[in-house]
This record gives sequence, C-alpha cells and structure tokens, in this order.
Amino acid sequence: MIDRMASAMLLRELVSGMALTLKYFFKPKVTLNYPYERGSLSPRFKGEHALRRYPNGEERCIACKLCEAVCPAQAITIEAEPREDGSRRTTRYDIDMTKCIYCGLCEEACPVDAIVEGPNLEFAAETREELIYQKDKLLDNGDRWEPMLAERLRLDAPYR
Amino acid sequence: MIATLAFYAFAAVLIGSAVMVVSSRNPVHSVLFLILAFFNAAALMLIAGAEFLAMILVIVYVGAVAVLFLFVVMMLDIDFVRLREGFQRYAPIGGAVGAVLFVELIFVLGAWRFASDAADLRINPTPGGSVSNTQAIGRILYTDYILLFQLAGLVLLVAMIGAIVLTLRARPGTKRQNIDAQVNRTGSVGLVQVPMGAGLREMGILRPPEPDAPKPIAAPADHGGHH
Amino acid sequence: MSDFIATPFGTLVITVAQALALLVPLLLAVAYLTYGERKVLAAMQMRKGPNVVGPFGLGQPFADAIKMLMKETIIPSGASRALFMMAPMITFGLAMIAWAVIPVNDGWAIADINVGILYLFAISSLGVYGVIIAGWASNSKYAFLGALRSAAQMVSYEVSIGFVIVTVLLCVGSLNLTAIVRAQEQVWFFIPLFPMFIIFFISALAETNRAPFDLPEGESELVAGFFVEYSSLSFGLFFLGEYANMILMSALTTILFLGGWYPPLAIVPFTWVPGPVWFILKICLCLFTFVWVRATFPRYRYDQLMRLGWKIFLPFSLFWLVLTAFVLKLAGWLPA
Repeated sequence: MIDRMASAMLLRELVSGMALTLKYFFKPKVTLNYPYERGSLSPRFKGEHALRRYPNGEERCIACKLCEAVCPAQAITIEAEPREDGSRRTTRYDIDMTKCIYCGLCEEACPVDAIVEGPNLEFAAETREELIYQKDKLLDNGDRWEPMLAERLRLDAPYR
Repeated sequence: MIATLAFYAFAAVLIGSAVMVVSSRNPVHSVLFLILAFFNAAALMLIAGAEFLAMILVIVYVGAVAVLFLFVVMMLDIDFVRLREGFQRYAPIGGAVGAVLFVELIFVLGAWRFASDAADLRINPTPGGSVSNTQAIGRILYTDYILLFQLAGLVLLVAMIGAIVLTLRARPGTKRQNIDAQVNRTGSVGLVQVPMGAGLREMGILRPPEPDAPKPIAAPADHGGHH
Repeated sequence: MSDFIATPFGTLVITVAQALALLVPLLLAVAYLTYGERKVLAAMQMRKGPNVVGPFGLGQPFADAIKMLMKETIIPSGASRALFMMAPMITFGLAMIAWAVIPVNDGWAIADINVGILYLFAISSLGVYGVIIAGWASNSKYAFLGALRSAAQMVSYEVSIGFVIVTVLLCVGSLNLTAIVRAQEQVWFFIPLFPMFIIFFISALAETNRAPFDLPEGESELVAGFFVEYSSLSFGLFFLGEYANMILMSALTTILFLGGWYPPLAIVPFTWVPGPVWFILKICLCLFTFVWVRATFPRYRYDQLMRLGWKIFLPFSLFWLVLTAFVLKLAGWLPA
C-alpha cells in the first residue's frame, strides 16, 4: 500500500516511460534513405507488368487470353489475329494500371510465362493516360527487366 | 501630454465598446465587446498607476469570468427574431430604469465634493517611499481590514458551496470511473506465454466449446461458387 | 544621443529597436523549434527526421514557411469574417507581447515592470481567446468542439498555475521577474519546490495545448480542432503563436524555477559563459522536455484531464502553498 502510494506520488511509471524514450533517442536510426538505400524485395514481389520474349526475340505471348479471363479487376484487354506465318499473336495487349490490383493471377495463369509482374515499383505518372499500358510498352518493360525477371522466375520455380 | 492622449483614447474606446455591449445584436459580439471594455478599463488603471489592480482585472475578469460568459453564450441557441421582439416590449421599462439611474447620477455629481488631497492621491496612488503598489494594497487589505476581507471570503465560500449544493445531483445509472481501483487491480489480468502454432482450444485458456456440440456444417462443395 | 533618448520619439525608437532585437531571434527560434521537434521526435522513434532540404535538413522550416505562404487563404462562407481573421492575430500577438517583460539577463528586459509575473499570467490567460474566437467564428462543429475543450482546459489549468506562481512569490516577496531570478542566486527554486515545479511543468503542457493534453487539436477525433478551417497565413499565425507560447512557457519555467541567467554553479568554467547563454540553454532544456513528453505519453481522455486538473493539481498545489507559507513563517525565512 505504502509502496503503491510512493510509486504513484513519485510518478514512477511516468519517469520510467520517459527513460525508455530517452534510451531510444540515442539508439541508431533505422531509417532507409529511400532513393539512395532500398529494402530488399522478395522474388515474388508483384510490381509493374512486363511481357517477356524468348531468347531468340520471339514474343512469348500466344494470345490464349487466360490472363484476361482470370483478371479479377478486368484490367487486361486482348485482341488477337493470326500473323503472316500463321502463328497466333496479339494485336493489342492493354493493361489499365489504375484498375490493376496487383494480385498476380495473370502471371499464375500464363502457360508460357509471358506476362509477369516485375520488381519495379516506381512507375508513378502524372496523367492517367500514361498508366494505360499498351503492348509495346509492356514488351519494352520485358526487354529492360529480362535478366531480373528470369532470375526471379528461377528462384521461385521450386515453389510453383 | 502622451498620458492624457492615451487616457482619452482608452476612455473613448471603453465607452464605445460599452455601448456596443448593449446594442450589438449578436450576444457573442456583446461579450467580446465586454472583454474589450475590460481591457480598456485595465489600461485606464495602468495610466492611473494602479498596475496591480489593472493586472488583476485582466486576469480575473478577462481571463476567467468573461471566458465562462463566452462559453455559455456561444452554446446558446438564440433566435434573433424573438430577441428583437423582446427589445420592443421591454424598451420602455429599460428606458425608465435608465432614466432614473441617470437622474440619480446627476444628483450625485451635483453633490460631489473632492477631498482636499484628491489630486495628489490620483497622481500618486502609492503611499510614497519605496512601497510598491502591490504592497500598499496588501497592507490595506491584510492589515487594516483583515476581518472584513476574511468575512468577504467567507461569504464567497458559502455562495460557492450553495451553488454546488443546488446543482449537484446524484443521477442513478451514470457510470463512473474509480481510477484508484483500476490502477491498483492486480492478478486478474496476466501475461501468458503462448506456445507457437497452438489454437485457443489446445491451450485451454478460453472457454472451450462443448465436446458434443455439432460441428458447423460445411457448405456443400457443389454450391456453385460465384468467384 | 542621450538627449535624443530622453524625448518621447527617442524612447519609441529605442523600444522598437529592443523589441526587434528580441522578436526576430524569437521568430527564428520558433522556426527552428518546429525543426528541432521533428528531429527529436524522429530520434525517439528511431527515424532520421527532415534531412533533405539543406544540410541536415536545416532549410526545412523555410521550405515549410514558403509552402504555407503560397497557399490560398480560405474563409468559409458561413464564417464570421472579421472574427475569423482576428483570431490568429490575437493568438500570435499575445504570444509576442508577453516577451516584453522577460528578463534575458540581469536588467535585460524591454519593460522591467513591477508586476511582471502578473502581466505574464494575464497574457497567458488571454491566450484562450484566440482559440475560442477561432472555434466560434469558423462556424464548424469540429472547430467549435475544439474551442470548447480548449477553453475549459486552459481555464482549469490556469488555476493551478496561479497557485504555483503564488508559492514562488511567497519565497521571493516581489512580483518583479528580475527580482524573482535574483532570489535564486544561491539555490534554484526547483530544488526546494520540486513538486510545484512538476505541477507547473505539466500545467504548462496543458496551457499550451501540447501532448498529452492536445485535446483541442485532437487530430484523430476533431480533425485539427479549433483551426480546421484555417489555411495559409492565418494557419501559420496559429502555428507560430503556439510554438512561441511553448518558448514563453519554457522561459517562464526557467525564470520561476531554473534560476534564469545564473549558471548552475558559481565556479570558474561556468561563470565564463554569459548569462543569456545560460538562459537560452535552460529554455532549450525545457523545450526538449516538451517534445520528450510528446514522444512518450498518449493523449489524455477529456474527463481524466479535468479530473487531473481539478481533483489532483488544485488541492495539491493549494496544500503545498499553505505548507510553504507555514515553513517560511516558522523558519523566519519570509522575505520582507
């Protein structure tokens, strides 16, 4: 009883709380200096989309439209026609990045690993139009990130 | 010269704001003008050399009393149209009371005679020497008139207790917090080391469901999902 | 030159120069108080805080100020225009004029008046008007609730601040701020009056609406409290006023309890440092504690705040006042 009174009158809990914050005041900072330092990303991180190519330069997408069908946000629009050599290819592959929820179902659905979500998360734009990706933009992304995309797929393959 | 100018400036603002207290339509503006009037009164006291009284006026009236006025007036839901009606109706009575007061003031002024040393006192409100304003007031209040001062305090105390007694009522059903009991409660809440991956039932810390309670029926697999 | 000072115009010029010499560093201090607060809070949360604008982020206050000035001043259509614009000016003006009596060093006050402590108390009790007028004139329920809370809170805690000040006055025997500091040449008052020092500091937190008593702002419940409707410069004035009030309260704590411009020990390495530097260092210590408290404690619930003010601080400070008076009288230490 006297003990409790004394600790209440001496504001023991307040003082110990303030001592704790003072201790943290001198601890090293954990801030990542973002544009210059970055946290690590999992190989499964779902960022900006990309359409990949085979090593010989042929695009992988065969216009099966599985991704369009599975997309829960209906962000993907595909139109396809046979090419001159008879193979079936897309003439239009649009992803509305403002609709996309980055669930990754498109890359799960893809039988040829053509559409993938890459590690890039810095694709903010100033206008809405810039966020509606066309096929050439996606293929361009694929060319740019290909080494990393392949590595990510390799790392994730045992768990698929 | 400057003191005289300041005196007339403050006095003019004081009278102007006092008029606005009565005539302004919005009661909140009235209270704000009242505060301005208090301020100017304090400034007049400062000019007269009564610095202690000026500060006390600001602290007590402006800092505390007027805040509570403002507090109440701001919360009132006032219908301005009805307020104007009342003004029409009570104007003659108010005017009559005002007139009587005014006539009385004239009588007082007519019979007014200044004390012979009033002029000196007005310019020099401290009793001279190194005694400050505050000490002079303290001597008068606590030495010369200690009994009356204490009596006045007692009257205020009784008034305060009376106000509390009149307004305090023990309402049944209101919930109150007993902070001491809360802070001093021990033993009824404890920290438990929870084994990793165990559900609540395995640990037995929460009420387990009845052993023969029917299991929740799983939805039939062919219910036709809408995903 | 001395003839010029003696004329009324000369006095005016000198006073204005003194005021500028005090207020310009004060405003700069306010700007860097916001920076310091963010840095200290960040450090206590193991973050870095502002570090992009200028070296160590030292340009941040100016970047913030410029951003604020570029914004549009919005006056709500339902607001009472004159009062709405007046409220921030009242808050800011009061925070500034209170500094007229603060003695930075022995004799370094713009106006060394006899009732200095009463003047400060009066000014700080007026601070509530800026808040309450802002809340009412905005014609918004959040602002109004914030103003009501703030008014009740500031009036409640002023009472115990008053008793703490009276206790100090009992030990000094003068209302003059310079005399109050001079009385602490031997021993600073926070040692003999330690409980009152704590009560004064906590009440100062409540009086300046700082965490854990920042209910008038209560961003999580009242959006921003009494200044929700303000923007641009009028918001800036509130902001400056609030931080200037923090510095003022720290200065008052320094004068009443921490021995003003006196060094902690009257021995050689300490006495080399001039008085104003000690004064500023002590203010910085108090300000650090303001931020430290903000980093540590969660916000009070409103009824608990009122309970603390009226049921704990008021009786306790009253009791301690009577006790001090008894001790002083019995020991014969009462100042003449």
